[in-house]
Amino acid sequence: MTLLEVTLLVPLLGGLLLAAIGHRPIAGGINVAVGVATFGSALAMALEVFAHGPQLSPSRMFYIDAFNVYLVVLTAFVGLTTSIFSRPYMRHEVERGRVTSRRLRLYHSMYQCFLFSMLLALSTNNLGVLWVAMELATLTTVLLVSLYRTPEAIEAAWKYFILCGVGIAQALFGTVLIYFAAENKFGVGRDDTLLWTVLHGAAAGNLDPAVITLAFVFLLVGYGTKVGLVPLHNWLPDAHSEGPTPMSAVLSGLLLNVALYALVRVKMLVDASLHTNLAGHLMMGFGLLSFTVAGLFLHRQHDVKRMFSYSSIEHMGLITFGFGMGGPLATFGALLHMTVHSLTKSAIFITVGHACQLAGTQRIDQIRGLIRTQPAIGWGLLLGTMAIAGFPPFGVFISEFLLLMATMKSWPWLTIPLLVGFGVAFAGLSRHVQRMVFGEPPPGQNPVEANMLPVMVHLFLVLWLGLAIPGFLSRWFEQATVLISGASPL
Amino acid sequence: MDSQLTAWALAAAQALLFIAAAPLLGGWLRRVKCHMQNRAAPPVWQQYRDLAKLLRKRMLLAENASWLFRVVPYIVFSAMLLAAAVVPLVTVHLPSAAIADLIVLVGFFALARFFTALAALDIGTAFGGMGASREMMVAALAEPAMLMAVFTLSMTASTTNLSVATEYILQAGLVLRPSFLFALLALAMVAVAETSRVPVDNPATHLELTMLHEAMILEYGGRHLALIEWATQIKLMIYSVIIVDFFFPWGIATDFSAMALAVGVIAVAAKLMLLAVVLVVWETLLAKMRLFRVPQFLGFSFMLSLLAMLTHVVLETGG
Amino acid sequence: MGIASLGLYSQAIILFAALALFTSFIMLAQTRMMPLIFTFAWQGLLLTVVSVLVAIVSDHPHLHVSAALTFSLKVIVIPWLLYRLSIKLNMQYDAEVIEHPTLLLLGGVALVIFSYHVAQSIVHLSGLATRNTIAVSMAIELLGMLLMCVRKSAVAQVIGFMSMESGIFFAAVVSTYGMPLIVELGVAFDILVAAILFGVFFFHLRDSFGSLNVGQFNRLSEANQPMPQRDAAGEPAPGDPS
Repeated sequence: MTLLEVTLLVPLLGGLLLAAIGHRPIAGGINVAVGVATFGSALAMALEVFAHGPQLSPSRMFYIDAFNVYLVVLTAFVGLTTSIFSRPYMRHEVERGRVTSRRLRLYHSMYQCFLFSMLLALSTNNLGVLWVAMELATLTTVLLVSLYRTPEAIEAAWKYFILCGVGIAQALFGTVLIYFAAENKFGVGRDDTLLWTVLHGAAAGNLDPAVITLAFVFLLVGYGTKVGLVPLHNWLPDAHSEGPTPMSAVLSGLLLNVALYALVRVKMLVDASLHTNLAGHLMMGFGLLSFTVAGLFLHRQHDVKRMFSYSSIEHMGLITFGFGMGGPLATFGALLHMTVHSLTKSAIFITVGHACQLAGTQRIDQIRGLIRTQPAIGWGLLLGTMAIAGFPPFGVFISEFLLLMATMKSWPWLTIPLLVGFGVAFAGLSRHVQRMVFGEPPPGQNPVEANMLPVMVHLFLVLWLGLAIPGFLSRWFEQATVLISGASPL
Repeated sequence: MDSQLTAWALAAAQALLFIAAAPLLGGWLRRVKCHMQNRAAPPVWQQYRDLAKLLRKRMLLAENASWLFRVVPYIVFSAMLLAAAVVPLVTVHLPSAAIADLIVLVGFFALARFFTALAALDIGTAFGGMGASREMMVAALAEPAMLMAVFTLSMTASTTNLSVATEYILQAGLVLRPSFLFALLALAMVAVAETSRVPVDNPATHLELTMLHEAMILEYGGRHLALIEWATQIKLMIYSVIIVDFFFPWGIATDFSAMALAVGVIAVAAKLMLLAVVLVVWETLLAKMRLFRVPQFLGFSFMLSLLAMLTHVVLETGG
Repeated sequence: MGIASLGLYSQAIILFAALALFTSFIMLAQTRMMPLIFTFAWQGLLLTVVSVLVAIVSDHPHLHVSAALTFSLKVIVIPWLLYRLSIKLNMQYDAEVIEHPTLLLLGGVALVIFSYHVAQSIVHLSGLATRNTIAVSMAIELLGMLLMCVRKSAVAQVIGFMSMESGIFFAAVVSTYGMPLIVELGVAFDILVAAILFGVFFFHLRDSFGSLNVGQFNRLSEANQPMPQRDAAGEPAPGDPS
């Protein structure tokens, strides 16, 4: 598994290096270079897994199968594009005086450490190490959310810290309970009882149902807090809107995915032991609740980044709903949605970041006429919003359509709230974005230095996935679907 | 038949010893307190002299005092005497132990308190009413805590009979029961409140507005006052003996041989002396609380007894 | 009866577990800063002793490592960090106001009953004779969460968080004889980093808000968002009736 070791070590070493020299002008470039190296090795590892099947490291500490390999590649990719965006953006922020050089050093090193923790969470086989990596992800980003040191930013970071801390602690208790159930089956003294491969393979169907139910409830509350499920979502709009924009992009695009990945891994364990569909029903309930509530909250927002964070909550609710429903079609749709949402949301946040730099504010009612001042940003925001709202031919439409089809097959009445929710969210987004993109630009608004390449790449990928999912990607998704739901959609 | 007679004689003797020793305990308490406060201490039997003096004094009654006012001291003293008769002081197997139920004991205390409050209201003075209402408030808060602690102890011993429970605990040997620890703390706090010690009430105060219990008996003089004072001292001794019996029962006699009885007397005397020292240290370390903080104090003791009950159910029963 | 039939060490485990639960209750009602920190340290010490006793009773020597980790973190490092922070922030004599302490304590009792009820369904799986302490560990964790929810001082919230972790660690000790070493080390590392970050945060909070009372951190509440203003160019925003 040397490719995996490279994928993990590169961001870690990059983080340590940037801790020393992160304030130099060259730091942005080093950040990008580390991102390129990580992405390269992740892609190579993915090709290897694709060719040879799931890989277990010799120490059995790491396990790469179809489910997490594409998430690893996605994480590395979005990390790379966001670091490309963050270079000019942070330069601008330093020029404006919002960030000191010491904090720039912190920013760069924590960025890479955050990527390391996410990659560790995705690739580990040990449920305990998964928890440690999730907590590490929270800890590395807490100081970044409060980077601007305004009272709002510090309050957002404190809320993030406390709420996610409480949630994560419940998840640790759930992990202890799983360990308890497994030790009860295997006996004491083995050192592999917390390994997912062992639990999914040998112990499937034999763990005590009462303990596993209790464990799942705690784990749902715990990891669900990090996914942003209502009613545990209160930290999300604050944390995603108060931090610097590259932070919002990776938090929205990547961390929510990793938390949901952890939840689905646990659900796979639970489903094997519980013969009722309790886990699925719980996830469906929370997912649907998040979807509807977030769609309604979208309308009330006055801050553009908060609005898009609520959109993230809504989409993560939809994905959770899909995974909860189970079945091959819904799972395929949910996996696809994870990918396209991640790409689209990070592209939107990048565009929004430039738009805020342009207008000098984050308030929706003070941003006007983007398409006149800087057409690239205006068009980027418009296309991004259309993509995330589910317009064809973008990929989000495909995944939402698949989820709707699956809902119609198994829970026909639930398609009504889903459709209504889609409409409500689209109405809210377009109401605000239309005013921002069109209209008379206020006097004194000048174009800013913006690298729209990441946005264009992301939107192009989403468009590609909407028009025709490439063969290797669909086979990847199919393998993951078989792993999670037990049957193939095709 | 003969053993029955011996048993009843022993029961009577124990009761007499109890009420005779109560002023001695009070005297010892006062002596230790004086030493701790670096004052010259009166001799240990000073309380007897005070009681004798009061018995000799002439009584003055208010004009509007009814028959209740004159009868109450006797009622209170009889209630305390009965309570003292059933609490095992030296030995456990006495025939009077048949009515040694803890709930009955609580009932005796309530009876005494009720009549004292009535007497305080009878005269119609302001301080009487104030003292009665304060005492009733403290009792209303302290009783749930005490009953909860008592129930916890009874659940362990499967009986509310004080004598049988003491024997059970004696036979179980040294067992580290967390419920007992919490119940001990709760009972100690309740005892402090019920016997009007610091921090709930200062027994040596002469300021009427700070009195709880004393305010109710301000109007009494002469032999009435002697009976009531004696009853108060018996109450303190009863609480001390309950605590000592339940939580540190070693040394109490389980049969009627002379050796066992002698050991029982020495053991209980030593334990009571030690408990008095602990009480004095506690009183010296704490200051009297303001009245509105008493509910918090008693709420904490209620929580302790609740915790005792919870730990008993969760941790100590079954497996 | 249950407890009288256990050995002395097992009885001691039960006694110390009950005392740790008692410290949780004391922390709920304690309003002053320094006693709160000391009570937390006491809780850590009691749980360390329980870990050592379980290691002896169940013959799992690696639990001694667990106990050493708990001792160094929860009894020495974290209380010392918090103590120094209180002094630097000049809050060592601060006392916060709890509106209804008795209600809070009764809520805590309800949580204990709830965790006992929940634990009843799973305790039969444990091999330890003192397995009812699983209910106590869950109660300590939930009481830590209650502490975080109802207290208004940031330091009290941090202590609630640490107390939650203590409860979970304790649950691991009595139900599964501790977690694998690498997981325990990872968790301890995370807690340590979290404690350090909390310390950094206190200074930021104090500098920004002027106090560590979380009731004042409400600028981002949905209800407090300022209303939309007129357009920057002075014209009404499109769609506004005007």
